[in-house]
Amino acid sequence: MQPAVKRVIFYVLLFGIWQVAVYLFDVSPALLPAPTDIFVSLYEGFSNLTLVYDLVASFRRLFIGLAIALVLGLLLGVLLAKSKTADETLGSLILALQSVPSIVWLPLAIMWFGLNEMAVIFIVVLGATIVMTINVRTGIINVPPLFIKAAKTMNYRGFRLFSKVTIPASIPYAVTGMRLAWAFAWRALMAGELLSTGPGLGYSLRFASDFGDMSRVIAIMLLIMLIGIIVDLLFFQRIEKKVLRKWGLAT
Amino acid sequence: MFLSMNNVHKSFTNNDKTELVLSDIQLDVKEGEFVSILGPSGCGKSTLLSIVAGLAHATEGSIELEGKTIKGPCKERGMVFQQAALFPWLTVEENVMFPLLPDMSKKEAQQKAHQYLQMVQLGAYTKHSPHEISGGMQQRVAIARALAMDPALLLMDEPFGALDEQTRSRLHEIVEKIFLETKKTILFVTHSIAESLKLSDRIVVMGTQPGTILEVIELNFPRPRSQSKEELLYYEEKIQALLKSEIDKVTEKEQNHAASR
Repeated sequence: MQPAVKRVIFYVLLFGIWQVAVYLFDVSPALLPAPTDIFVSLYEGFSNLTLVYDLVASFRRLFIGLAIALVLGLLLGVLLAKSKTADETLGSLILALQSVPSIVWLPLAIMWFGLNEMAVIFIVVLGATIVMTINVRTGIINVPPLFIKAAKTMNYRGFRLFSKVTIPASIPYAVTGMRLAWAFAWRALMAGELLSTGPGLGYSLRFASDFGDMSRVIAIMLLIMLIGIIVDLLFFQRIEKKVLRKWGLAT
Repeated sequence: MFLSMNNVHKSFTNNDKTELVLSDIQLDVKEGEFVSILGPSGCGKSTLLSIVAGLAHATEGSIELEGKTIKGPCKERGMVFQQAALFPWLTVEENVMFPLLPDMSKKEAQQKAHQYLQMVQLGAYTKHSPHEISGGMQQRVAIARALAMDPALLLMDEPFGALDEQTRSRLHEIVEKIFLETKKTILFVTHSIAESLKLSDRIVVMGTQPGTILEVIELNFPRPRSQSKEELLYYEEKIQALLKSEIDKVTEKEQNHAASR
């Protein structure tokens, strides 16, 4: 059997059992709504455009945050790879910060930037920058020394050596870094919106929860999940595969 | 003298222990000569080549090429490594153009790249990616890339060590043809006696611990060398005898090391 067929059967069964169980045991929709209620809520959200506005607002923040994070991560990664002192000092701090979920910065961010978009973007930037930095650093450190030696015998040195050999040689790592940065940014964004202010998917989720509208809550959860998967599969994994193939790292 | 190495010493310091790798290397190479440096692993032959390339520095002594002391890497000394060291993000053609681009237009560089790729019989593979061609072909691209810079001296560091026997002998023919056509001076590092006998005008036999020149053997018979089987056999046995004691030395050191643990 094809994996896709297995998957379809699995999800049909999952939603079927869920639907039947809710119906049989007469579960209150405030605890767990039936799948049909969720799909209706999803449909309503799109037909009255509220979910569309939320999506646009969330994506706007995501792109701003992710763009800042990628540039910042690239610069920091280069700095850590090139300067031993920076790596031993700042590098240790960045590694330490990696174990802190970026959302814990929200109270401080709200104090610094106010209860607004800036605070959320700050959380997104923080979440994504660190993983990008670490990947860029690893990529540059792992450039085969042979490439550098070969380029030196061809009169390449200094900035030209860096831009023509070191940077392209570390692109596979940078692309993986981008993919992970997106995943971190998306999670950080949802957490940030949930705990601060809207509009946005996370904010609407909390809003629905305040009104006890659990089918809307789950509808938004589904949407968050779907976007996460779709962007990763259709965009980042494709780029990653292409780069790895071109660099001869995967067949 | 075209290339002269004067009292070259090289030592590495590791964990406060200084190890002498090359001791008093004295060697002159004439223009247009094919010189092999032959020795067991660990004799410092690759280190010596790196110093000539300018990628490493002599602890003592100096190397001069056409009267100028070598201080760092330069295009006048092209290098072919044991691995092809092609850049995977560039096509075969772009790899050969890589050393040319800073100094000439894209079109000229492309023309030149094609010319040298044809010389190594890879004219049909210009648009391929390095990982799409075999190891032997990759090494030929690396040779074309080094030649495209039109270096005064071509350095080859065990370039065919990682290839299978058939591919290697095909590449020997190509290198010999290039050597006869371009009249480049070639410094060729190898641990294969057969390879050095097949290709060189002179063989520098090196001993180990520390690396020194044991003997320089002049081969004055015509190419291709397959015609003079008997002379080759004589030299092969001579070199083998020279290297035997060196290899025994390495084995003994390994055993002592194992015993002391």
